Amino acid sequence: MLRTVLGRALPAGLLALIILPAAAFGQSEALDVNTAVPKAIDELNTVWILVATMLVFFMQAGFALLEIGFSRAKNAGMGIAKILVNFSIASLAWWAVGFAIAFGGGGWLVGDSGFLFQFGRDVAGEAATGGTAAFFIFQFMFAAVSLAIVWGTSLERMKFAAYLPFAIVFSAVIYPLIAHWGFGGGLFAEIGSGVQDFAGSSVVHLTGATAALAALLLLGPRRGKYGPDGSPRAIPGHNMPLFGLGVLILWLGWFGFNGGSTLGTADNRFAEVVAVTNLGAAGGVIGAMVMTRVLQKTLDIGMIGNGAIAGLVAITAPSGYVEFWAAPIIGVVGGVIVVAGVLFFERMRLDDPVGALSAHGLAGIWGTLACGLFTSERLAEAVGVGEPGLFYGGGFQQLGVQAAAVALTFAAVFALSMVTLLAIKATIGLRVPEADEDAGLDISEHGMYGYPEQFIPTAELEGYGYANVPRSLDHIAPGAYAAREEVHTA
Amino acid sequence: MKMIVAYIRHEAFEPIRTELLELGFPSLTVTDVKGSGRQRGITERYRGAELTNYLRPKIKIECVVDDGDLAVIVDTILKHGRTGAVGDGKVFVLPVEEAYRVRTGESGVDILQAHPDSNGAFAK
Repeated sequence: MLRTVLGRALPAGLLALIILPAAAFGQSEALDVNTAVPKAIDELNTVWILVATMLVFFMQAGFALLEIGFSRAKNAGMGIAKILVNFSIASLAWWAVGFAIAFGGGGWLVGDSGFLFQFGRDVAGEAATGGTAAFFIFQFMFAAVSLAIVWGTSLERMKFAAYLPFAIVFSAVIYPLIAHWGFGGGLFAEIGSGVQDFAGSSVVHLTGATAALAALLLLGPRRGKYGPDGSPRAIPGHNMPLFGLGVLILWLGWFGFNGGSTLGTADNRFAEVVAVTNLGAAGGVIGAMVMTRVLQKTLDIGMIGNGAIAGLVAITAPSGYVEFWAAPIIGVVGGVIVVAGVLFFERMRLDDPVGALSAHGLAGIWGTLACGLFTSERLAEAVGVGEPGLFYGGGFQQLGVQAAAVALTFAAVFALSMVTLLAIKATIGLRVPEADEDAGLDISEHGMYGYPEQFIPTAELEGYGYANVPRSLDHIAPGAYAAREEVHTA
Repeated sequence: MKMIVAYIRHEAFEPIRTELLELGFPSLTVTDVKGSGRQRGITERYRGAELTNYLRPKIKIECVVDDGDLAVIVDTILKHGRTGAVGDGKVFVLPVEEAYRVRTGESGVDILQAHPDSNGAFAK
């Protein structure tokens, strides 16, 4: 009883709180319901978009922990530098160029307004407002997620310097191009009656994974991943709890990722989307758990975690288009695909330390196609894109549209990424020297260890109660060491 | 009977181990150790301050063999352990007085290593 009273009273009270200050700052006119209510609704939409933005930002922490957990201890620190620098470069590139290409109106290929985004400037024919800023920062988080996915395959062997130019090109051109096609009213809106990709199974996840494949093909496997006879060997990550925390943070962030893609609170659609998202993730975990038990005769922790990611990636495109019953099915299939995919890529000699190709690539393709099967009439109409799927009597029409989007995304991203990475390989180089890879990127590229106590003998760690060792050995044999320059300094 | 104590680079261990298995010498003990020699240290820079680290990680291999097998083991270690750079390590050979197998109480040279002709279970 109390609950229902509160349930009715609270929203009304909140609305009043939002309206009253807005009215107080008005030009001392009487409270005008006709303008104040739409304004309050607009502001409420912005609040939800910004909450979702922050959830999606937190996914960067999820990616960092997931990758660090799956790396060896000698490469644990670099993940932090990598995520921070890539995110920051992408922030500037998106502001200067990316947002305009993605959402600046224009034709089917690219947007053409909103470069160097500013308040009041023209974006797609309208002056930018605070609401546009919310959209700008929300969409940037998607670009940053896509970029973080790219580097999943490159762990433990890539040069830090090579990240920088690719981050600029990817977040200024490659991702924005696909985002324009998928989200910005470009090419994908003109295939059939529109491609259904609610939050970006293709636009964000397949895009990231495709660039990751290009990077992996040019990088090659980590040293020691394949024995002299070519048989794959495990290179276990150093911290499964960190990996697991990363997965859970990503799961949390995904509620903003999919839920926020409603771009507002109208009809409480965002709550439906969040519930569907959770069902998809749960399905992914269960699918992967069964699959790893059947194929590997064990309950592989990494595979179960990858199952959660795959379920989430798979439900990303359908999250706004499918009814609750379909979500766990889509997730389970995603979880099954990710386990089979990881084992498949392993056999193909593609050394993907975190399973990004499977979790984001294969599950992203599946999620995009799943719309063509499960999209319901009610939701196709509510979102206003595409036709109902095969199981709702829509035939194969929408499935074909979805497949076209997958093929176009893969082809465009693969070609552009390959060209960019080849240029980087020819100039800066992509891979660290072998000695640096053996020593670990933390000490060789960053000059410090992620876990110093584990690598520096306690006897030499000052501040631990041990005697100081000499700063230089030259007093023992002056000049003796200068002549013997060490090849293996790292 | 001789004990071989070798200090080698981490990368050298796997080829040495593989060849010793193929030759029929599966019995050895491996320890992660840290030590210093002529190889230079590593300087860690931690937010502006330096910490130089002269003790470098190595792998220590110990194994006990019949006098007649000594040369082949040492040669294997030298062959795979050598990069030509300072820091490849050292090999020491020590005399051993007696050896016992705990499980049976047997003693003497027969308990040391399984020979290739005894059974092929160790080969990959």
